[in-house]
Amino acid sequence: MEKIVLPDIKDLHLIDVYIQNGGYTALKKAFSQTPDDIIDQVKKSGLRGRGGAAFFAGLKWSFMPKTSSKPKYLCINGDESEPGSFKDRQILEFNPHQLIEGTLIEAYAIQANAAYIYIRGEYHKWIKLLEKALADAYEYGFVGDKMKEKLGGNYSVNIYVHKGAGAYICGEESALMNSIEGKRGYPRVKPPFPAQNGLWGCPTTINNVETVANVPPIINKGWEWFSKIGEPKHPGTILYGLSGHVNNPGIYELPSGTLLTDLIYKYGGGVPGNKKILCVIPGGSSMPPLRGEQIEGIKMDAESLKAAGTSIGTAGIIVMDEDTDLVQVLARIAKFYYHESCGQCTPCREGTGWMLKLLNRIAKGEGSTHDLDLLISVASNIEGNTICALGEAAAWPVRFMITRFRDYFETCVSREVTIPVANKVHSLRHTEYPLAPIKD
Amino acid sequence: MEFTFTPENLNRINEVISHYPEKRPAVMGVLYIAQEQNGWISYEVMKEVAYVLDMKEEEILGIVSFYTMYHEKPVGKFHLQVCTNVSCMLRGGYKIYDHVKEKLGIENGGVTEDKLFSLEEVECMGSCGTAPMIAVNEDYFENLNIQQIDQIIESLKNK
Ligand SMILES: Cc1cc2nc3c(=O)[nH]c(=O)nc-3n(C[C@H](O)[C@H](O)[C@H](O)COP(=O)(O)O)c2cc1C
Ligand code: SF4
Ligand code: FES
Repeated sequence: MEKIVLPDIKDLHLIDVYIQNGGYTALKKAFSQTPDDIIDQVKKSGLRGRGGAAFFAGLKWSFMPKTSSKPKYLCINGDESEPGSFKDRQILEFNPHQLIEGTLIEAYAIQANAAYIYIRGEYHKWIKLLEKALADAYEYGFVGDKMKEKLGGNYSVNIYVHKGAGAYICGEESALMNSIEGKRGYPRVKPPFPAQNGLWGCPTTINNVETVANVPPIINKGWEWFSKIGEPKHPGTILYGLSGHVNNPGIYELPSGTLLTDLIYKYGGGVPGNKKILCVIPGGSSMPPLRGEQIEGIKMDAESLKAAGTSIGTAGIIVMDEDTDLVQVLARIAKFYYHESCGQCTPCREGTGWMLKLLNRIAKGEGSTHDLDLLISVASNIEGNTICALGEAAAWPVRFMITRFRDYFETCVSREVTIPVANKVHSLRHTEYPLAPIKD
Repeated sequence: MEFTFTPENLNRINEVISHYPEKRPAVMGVLYIAQEQNGWISYEVMKEVAYVLDMKEEEILGIVSFYTMYHEKPVGKFHLQVCTNVSCMLRGGYKIYDHVKEKLGIENGGVTEDKLFSLEEVECMGSCGTAPMIAVNEDYFENLNIQQIDQIIESLKNK
């Protein structure tokens, strides 16, 4: 199978090697066409976002106003902080020029005045690698003022790298824009959407690193070629990340729709000690977990995973063997979202804390079955009641883990309610005996 | 302690400012430069950053307290960051973390008496496929076991 984003070419990160292998020809080709032509091809290719929501890339670009009295901006999202995700980092290290070329093509397509690549601060080393590649691309005239001379035409754009500083929430697109603006990374209420009111109140498009890295091959080889790779509704290759209890963890670039079991057994070399699988999270820690006996036949693409009751997310697959302590795992996941909640919305700020407390209580062996119901109730009350999707990201693992592994969790709690009466009443109220509606 | 940027760093700051249509967005980059020069973000540092960027001191504090990578108190010469999030946890992240705590005799957020080491339990660092991991200042060490941790700490002591 051909690899599109991370081909096996030695030293591809060097600009000369990249050019020898056809690099920056897609950019030239794009510049000989109109921006609308480019958007059209990306639309027809079926390319979907790789940052979590699998939104159609071409459609998103077409939301940008054609004429605007304000400048327009492009943001590339390399915040990559969802536990289980480590794919964008490979692009920064092994194929940074394809990211730069994709960024330039997208910038041209939406006629951006500047592009910002936002990379999480912990990726210091990879930021340096990207900055080196960017400096070379500037020197060769592919970026910045020299573009007009080098590529002909009337368009030029600068690309800047913006270094994050440790905040998962800045991966959320509106928080990311606030962060670039030099503010606390608080998500914004939507609408207005970024295409109308984004960075500095100007029209803005945000795409993930892997998404844009797919653009140059689409322009070069054509949308038809791309649309035939993998699953038609979510075409292309995906950088699948395998971690946890597998013999060969790592990133595997394979067509969309690859079987989850193939990824784990054929590519990942199976589970150490040939143990059984208890649980798999298919798309980074915020996605609904699957039971081990559920994974047979499940394809890894947005539509198939949706049908299977979960989501592709960042395609970071976390495998847990039969000896895993799921209570500890869920408590750790809850701790993460509690830590990363920005605190703007009460359900998320308070709910993540309550869920963590309840899970820690269960982990200490002091939990009751009512706590399980209470957890589901708290999670359900976060979902849909917050400004951004971190609410769901925190609630889903809790709600789905407990409902799907109810038998497992029942063995970790007692039937007796050991907590003080006030709490008991509180937990009952939310479950079996909801308060009667107030009538006048 | 008074803090002023070195002339070279003032040049770097001007370069960062030039990336944006206004001064304020440079604040994250400027804070990194300040932290590099001073080791951590003290009140005096915030005052100076505010001055350089025409911002209010409390706005700088708002940024520093939001982002975890700005140190609000001094850290050791080697700042050890151990990831204990799920993928690392499944491959021994907590064993590594507990071992480091015991070996250095410090808790999360602590600094050793000789100011050589400090410790921080961190969230996913993007090394899930090469877990468990530890970052020393800006460098990643991955696929670790306890022996390797001991070696890393010993070699840092002699650095
Ligand atoms: C809490 C939260 C964290 C996110 N983190 C990231 C991230 O680290 N990287 C990313 O590309 N998208 C992340 N997203 C999704 C972005 O909001 C956005 O949808 C994405 O960057 C769009 O790019 P795409 O359409 O190319 O996928 C996150 C979303 C939420 C709600
Ligand atoms: S859902 Fe959570 S993270 Fe998102 S804006 Fe609300 S409080 Fe902040
Ligand atoms: S969970 Fe530790 S690096 Fe991702």
